[in-house]
Amino acid sequence: MITIVDYGMGNLRSVQKAFELFCPKVRVSSSARDIAAASKVVLPGVGAFGKAMEELEKKGLVDALKDAIKSGRPFLGICLGIQLLFPESEEAGRVKGLGILKGKVRKFDNSLGLKIPHMGWNKIKFKDQDSRSRILEGVPDGSHMYFVHSYYVEPEDKDAVLCETEYGDIFASAIQKDNIYAFQFHPEKSQKIGLNIVKNFAEL
Amino acid sequence: MLAKRIIPCLDVKDGRVVKGVKFLNLKDAGDPVEVAQIYDKEEADEIVFLDITASYEKRQIMLDVVRRTAETVFMPLTVGGGIRNLDDIRDLLNAGTDKVSINTASVKDPELVKRAAERFGSQCIVVAIDAKRTGKGLKWEVYINGGRTPTGIDALEWGKKVEALGAGEILLTSMDKDGTRDGYDIELTKAFSENLSIPIIASGGAGNLEHLQDVLTNGKADAALAASIFHFREYSVKDTKEFLKKKGVEVRT
Repeated sequence: MITIVDYGMGNLRSVQKAFELFCPKVRVSSSARDIAAASKVVLPGVGAFGKAMEELEKKGLVDALKDAIKSGRPFLGICLGIQLLFPESEEAGRVKGLGILKGKVRKFDNSLGLKIPHMGWNKIKFKDQDSRSRILEGVPDGSHMYFVHSYYVEPEDKDAVLCETEYGDIFASAIQKDNIYAFQFHPEKSQKIGLNIVKNFAEL
Repeated sequence: MLAKRIIPCLDVKDGRVVKGVKFLNLKDAGDPVEVAQIYDKEEADEIVFLDITASYEKRQIMLDVVRRTAETVFMPLTVGGGIRNLDDIRDLLNAGTDKVSINTASVKDPELVKRAAERFGSQCIVVAIDAKRTGKGLKWEVYINGGRTPTGIDALEWGKKVEALGAGEILLTSMDKDGTRDGYDIELTKAFSENLSIPIIASGGAGNLEHLQDVLTNGKADAALAASIFHFREYSVKDTKEFLKKKGVEVRT
C-alpha cells in the first residue's frame, strides 16, 4: 500500500488519481499509523514551509515520516515535499524541517528580472548519464516537467542530484539518496512523462 | 529555460461547454471533460475552465466537472468564475483544481487575495483582471461582474496591489480586444509584465498564430490564453507550438 501523506497543504486528489493508475492500493491519510503501515510513502504538498512543518507536528507525523525514511522503504517527496527533507528554509527562518538531507532551501533571486514563482514547464537535465536511476526509466533527458515554486533545494551531497533545471541559476530539480526520491516538479501534473515517473515509483 | 505556456480556455455553463466547440470524434462535444482530454492529448500546457453559471446555487455542477476532469487529465487546471470566499476556493481545490482565478471578489474584498494566499499558497491564487483602455494615454481601467461594471481602478496599479497581497499569477484580459480576433493588447500586456514580478497570462484577441507570437515576444507574456482559435479547430495546440518553435519562441514540444 502507498500512503500519501495529507497534512492539509493543498490538493492531493491529482496525486492520488495518478498513483491509482498504477497501484491498486493507495491511501490518502493523515495518520502516523498509516505511514508506518505503508510499503511506500509519498509526501506531496504546496504552500509554505513553516506552515507545513507546523501542520506535520500538530498531526504528530514528524517522527512517523523520519521512521518511514529510516526503514528503507521507498519514499517520494514532491514540490514542498522535497524542501521539507532539509533542515531549514529561507522561507521560514528558524523553523526546523525534517532534516533528513543536508543542505539549504533558497529563494529564487528576482533581482535578475526573474518571475517568481517559477511557474510552468521547464527542462530537466540528467546529472550523470551513467548512473541513471530506475525512477527515470523511460524519461528522456531534457524532458519538460511542470514546476510551481519560489524556493529550491541546494543539497550538500551533490551525488544525490539526479536532475538539474535552469531558472536564473541552475538548481537541483530531482534528488535520489538511497530510498529517498524527491522532485521539485510535479510528476502528477506533467502529463505522459510525469506519469511515467509515478509508474516507476509505484513499481519500485 | 522556462517554456512559454499555451492555454486553451473553456467557458462552462451549468456543466456544459458553451460558445460552440467544433470537435470531431467526440461523443459529447459539450462535455468539458472530453474537451479537456483532447487538449491534454495535444499537450496544452494548462487548461482553464471559466464557470459562467449564473446561479451561485448551481456551483456543485462545476465541482463535479472538476472531479471528473482530475480523474483523467494530468495537467494543471485553473477554474475561475463566481468565486466569492475561502470556502469556494477550498471546495475547488479539494475537487482537483490546481489554481483558482478570482476576479470580482478580489476587487470587492482585496483581503480575500491575501487570506487565500496565506491559506492555500500564492501558487494557486490567480487574480483575473479585465482591463479596458480609458482613452487617456497608456491607462486601463478595471471592470468587474463579467466586464459589465467599471470600477474606476487603474488596472496596472491594481495588478501591483494584488501581487503585494500574494497573488501568484495574473490572468490579464483586454476587454478592448476580447472577441475581436485581431490580436492581443500588446501594450497592456507589456506594461504588466515589465512592472510586475509574477507571471502574466495574456488573454483576449487571439485570431491567428502570429498574435500569440506577438504577445509572447513583444508583449513579454509568460503564457497566452486563447479560446475560439482552438475550439473551432483552426489550429491545434500542436500546430501552434510548432509554429512558435519555428519562430524561435521557447515552447514545450
